[in-house]
Amino acid sequence: MNSLLDFYAKHSHLIDQIGINAILALSLSVSLQAGQLALAQAAFMGIAAYVSAILATELNWPLVATVLVAMLASTLVAALLALPVRRLRGVFLAIATIGFGEIVRVFANNLKVTGGAEGLSKIPNDATTPVIYGALALVALTLFLLSRTKFALAVALVREDEHAARGVGVDVGLIRTLSLALGGAIAGLGGALFAHQSFYLTPGDFGFQTMERILVWCVVGGVTSPLGAILGSTLLSILPEAIRFLADYREVFNGIILLAVILFAPGGLSSLWRRGAVRVRS
Amino acid sequence: MSLRLDDVGVRYGGVDALRGVTLAVEPGHVLGLIGPNGAGKTTLVNAATGLAPLASGTIELDGRRIDGVPPHRIARAGIARTYQNIRLFGALDVRANLAAGAYAQPGRLGDAGAHVLLERAGIANADLRAKASALPYGDQRRLEIARALAAHPIVLMLDEPAAGMNPSETTRLVETIRAIAASGIAVLLIEHDMTLVRAACDSVVVLNLGEVIARGTPSEVGRDPVVVEAYLGSGAEALA
Repeated sequence: MNSLLDFYAKHSHLIDQIGINAILALSLSVSLQAGQLALAQAAFMGIAAYVSAILATELNWPLVATVLVAMLASTLVAALLALPVRRLRGVFLAIATIGFGEIVRVFANNLKVTGGAEGLSKIPNDATTPVIYGALALVALTLFLLSRTKFALAVALVREDEHAARGVGVDVGLIRTLSLALGGAIAGLGGALFAHQSFYLTPGDFGFQTMERILVWCVVGGVTSPLGAILGSTLLSILPEAIRFLADYREVFNGIILLAVILFAPGGLSSLWRRGAVRVRS
Repeated sequence: MSLRLDDVGVRYGGVDALRGVTLAVEPGHVLGLIGPNGAGKTTLVNAATGLAPLASGTIELDGRRIDGVPPHRIARAGIARTYQNIRLFGALDVRANLAAGAYAQPGRLGDAGAHVLLERAGIANADLRAKASALPYGDQRRLEIARALAAHPIVLMLDEPAAGMNPSETTRLVETIRAIAASGIAVLLIEHDMTLVRAACDSVVVLNLGEVIARGTPSEVGRDPVVVEAYLGSGAEALA
């Protein structure tokens, strides 16, 4: 028991980060499942993180209230963003949403209320490990329950063939908007928890590098699998610590892992799991 | 009257893909739509399903205007279709494809309902867990029909359902189409296989260069010299 407590004391920050990263990966997974390469998760995360941090530091709101309002803000922004990008697909959608992320980062860098480039500090550190993993469990449960609804079917149909999806009565525009908004809500949850776990925020926390990391987690785990998103984010959150001995070569190792997954398991780690399950059944 | 197109025109750029097309598809009947390549057959189906905007005319489904209505609402109103090039949700299994067809219906499609649909489409033995893209070609065409039937359509539009099928599969397809019509569904059949058209259709409309050039029973149309000329004699002879 003591050794477990020692382990937790030593790695609590990483353990919390893994939980938050899993939430962020799930948020992107929601859009990817609808076939949308919308790369604005870091921006939604940032908006929620700032909203939550400002409410906590300026108005002394409790954690739950700040998180809920922050999620509402990121959901609204995601739903509004869905309107102008409605007709964009593939790389064009990716570039437009990356551009939106940059706009958010530049605003955060220059607004007084966000603390500009110096960021915000003295954020209450009340996103504890049980809070973070409780939130992750809630997100996973919500997505599991949603996976049994017609919404999930519509999301899969839109991903597979928008044209044929319309032909069976799916409102493709609505499904794309809802999936982006849902992804925005989950990214907002991750962002708000990040703010309350990190003490301070800077605009750089929500830039393109963060977005790229979230995308890589999903690619490594499996782009259309929530389980894959959790696997990928967990593995790639632990990996830099596990290979710390490689010093400056750590990034190279990360790249090799990404390359290996793309070449040998293009469906991500979750596809290996599925393939194994099929083999066991047969 | 299930579906009525009145003086319908569709323009692509400066080209008239359809001009002044008037036709009606009635419950329990199979209307064949034939014509040479580029005649406007698929454009007509696209217009009726909201994918091609009208330049002129109106389209009514059970007395309600549906021209200008988005495709997903037209599908929900009761028009289901299959595609010239198969558009199944290939990565999903047979069960999910049938559930997709029933998307706009209340409730969930159970296994029993799914098997009934497969039977109606003539692939009763298909495995519900099989990936749609892994089915044999003819079965994929029939799965598309089953998916369309899952929507409980008022009108079913079949766009070259026999393409790629062998003669015995085509003969079985005739039985399937007649049984679908007998259940009260209005069927619009686009087909190049004139033997199938003659066996399956109650009446035929012939399009050429976007215009209706003939209409009548399959044998009447097959004897029409204008139709014979449009087809250069090749297919129309099979109708006579």
